[in-house]
Amino acid sequence: MEKSKLTNVLFAGIGGQGIIKASDMLTVAAFRMGFDVKKSELHGMSQRGGSVSSDVRFGGKVYSPMIPEGEADYLLAVSEDQIEVCGKMLNSGTVIIKPSDFPEEIASSKMLNIAMLGKLNKFLKFPRTLWESLIRESFKGEIAEENIKAFAKAEEM
Amino acid sequence: MSETRLILSGDEAVAAGAYASGVSLGAGYPGTPSTEILEHLSKLGGRAQWAPNEKVALEVASGVSFAGGRSIVTMKHVGLNVAADPLFTLAYIGAKGGLVIVSADDPGMASSQNEQDNRLYAASAHIPMLEPSDSQEAYDLAIKAFELSEKFSTPVLLRMTTRVCHSQGIVNLHKTPEKPAACHFEKDVKTRCMVPAFAKPAHVKLVQKMKDLAAWNDSSDLVQIIGDEKAELGIITSGAAFQHAREAAPEAKILKLAMTWPLPYERIANFVKTCKRVVAVEEGEKFLAEKIRAKGIAVEEKKDLFLFGELNVTKVKKLIAGDETPEEPPKPGRPPALCPGCPHRATFSTLRDLGCIVAGDIGCYSLGLMPPFSAIDSIVCMGASIGTGLGLRHTLPEEEARKVVSVIGDSTFLHSGLTGLVEMAYNRPATGHVVIILDNSTTAMTGLQENPATGRHLDMSEALKVDLEAVCKGIGMEFVEVVNTTTEQEKFASMLKTHLAENKIGVIIARRPCVLQMKKLAKAAKKA
Repeated sequence: MEKSKLTNVLFAGIGGQGIIKASDMLTVAAFRMGFDVKKSELHGMSQRGGSVSSDVRFGGKVYSPMIPEGEADYLLAVSEDQIEVCGKMLNSGTVIIKPSDFPEEIASSKMLNIAMLGKLNKFLKFPRTLWESLIRESFKGEIAEENIKAFAKAEEM
Repeated sequence: MSETRLILSGDEAVAAGAYASGVSLGAGYPGTPSTEILEHLSKLGGRAQWAPNEKVALEVASGVSFAGGRSIVTMKHVGLNVAADPLFTLAYIGAKGGLVIVSADDPGMASSQNEQDNRLYAASAHIPMLEPSDSQEAYDLAIKAFELSEKFSTPVLLRMTTRVCHSQGIVNLHKTPEKPAACHFEKDVKTRCMVPAFAKPAHVKLVQKMKDLAAWNDSSDLVQIIGDEKAELGIITSGAAFQHAREAAPEAKILKLAMTWPLPYERIANFVKTCKRVVAVEEGEKFLAEKIRAKGIAVEEKKDLFLFGELNVTKVKKLIAGDETPEEPPKPGRPPALCPGCPHRATFSTLRDLGCIVAGDIGCYSLGLMPPFSAIDSIVCMGASIGTGLGLRHTLPEEEARKVVSVIGDSTFLHSGLTGLVEMAYNRPATGHVVIILDNSTTAMTGLQENPATGRHLDMSEALKVDLEAVCKGIGMEFVEVVNTTTEQEKFASMLKTHLAENKIGVIIARRPCVLQMKKLAKAAKKA
């Protein structure tokens, strides 16, 4: 991956779906890969069951923490109905990762956010070991191992 | 320190800067987007505490400053309205220990009732203001704010905005944390007792102090020029707007300000001379443009369209081009709603069914405004529900006056509802009045913060629990009833009907803990 080029990843869903956690993990992953990185989201009223989105941008040097209109390279829509809401941010080349890409047992599970990161990593190609340690830092014991499996399965899908 | 580079939000970075500066005390009232600062300061091992409101927080901090300790006060933009009274006079008094006041503004109103621009407070109170544009600067400028506060003996405003508070970036924590200063008292009546005889010379001194600060800003490295020296387009900017501008106009030359009051007019004038055209790129009011133009320096101000909402890269491009074509409204997402199991649900459905006229307040329960409840008729500011309800009661015809109730949360009641209740006892309406305290035993809207009625401090240690029933009775309420509106909805409805029909003044405490708070406490108990 070319270091100077910016990569823009947009996460979208509903409060409580793990948007913040997943975007936090990508931010730390990009940081550990040596990129400059910024992440932006809104807290507060929006957490009460409303739409939630998070912008992660990484590359050589990041200025604005917000992805400009039409410049999202990837959209991770943890809730399918948020794809339309994010319409302005997308372009014809945006890669959209959505729940229906996954088998039902993943799509309806709490691990969907992590599985989506797995699918994203098919494109980013960060080392698997980096993600494994990040998942172990974010979850405990058995849950961490299950998430690692979901991540791996999604990346190999 | 083992690890000096971390990913931090702007709020966390301010806390880290305050901690590194050896802050003796952090005080504040929760308010999006400022809340995480004190929480993070506490996590780092600093002393941080929630005050009942922002005015009290600033007064506590001023006492720390008088004793020679460093203190930080945090609040959202509208919190500074509450703290404005001590703020203006503390400018006269100055600071012994560094006194830093964080104002977290919310352009775009992600979670606020207005878009006020608190740069105007700096100018009208004569207080220097620093504005970070990202997490690294939030850390650096928090440290700088304490230094400046002591160097010039002045409170310093650190103005954050939502995008700086809640964005994350890489922060180099370069300062080895200092220990809090050993405090002691030195009598200094002329400086600290603001009676006219002492305040008059203090005002004169203040004007000179601001001139000195402007000169300091003019010669400081806080003013930066970025971009091609030969560029024809110049931009004057600060804060989050700088980051958007750098990306939106890489061809331009940018004069970036970190101290936005008092302004470095000499540097600005020199910069403008080197450009063909200079635009002020700023969020909120036309503050920079108006101040700079008032000095006879030719800077273009933005069009009115850009007074509203947050800036971003796309909007900054349009701002620079003077393009006023209105934005396509964003596709509506899912609106927020009261959580399933929220205790406010039953309260608001009862108020709706009884056809009440409801003076509302600030908190999660503002969502009682939305369908299916549609049970709130006014929302102004923290504590306004009681006064507004009383005014309606005083003037509406009796039949309507009897329908009026005020609803206010537990934390909001302690913030600024107490004086409203005193007014209710003192100037009682002929039909009486009913206040409903929505006691969900937490400050839920901002993310479950403790308050004086929860029995816990910010760090979850045990605190004396303010007894809401005793407070209401003590003020003189003629009835104080406690009811769980979820499990006793019929009892609540008949209780409310009875009180609306009589001429008494009183309080119904609708008590049931927030569902999210119950989860948080269960998790904490499991850990312990």
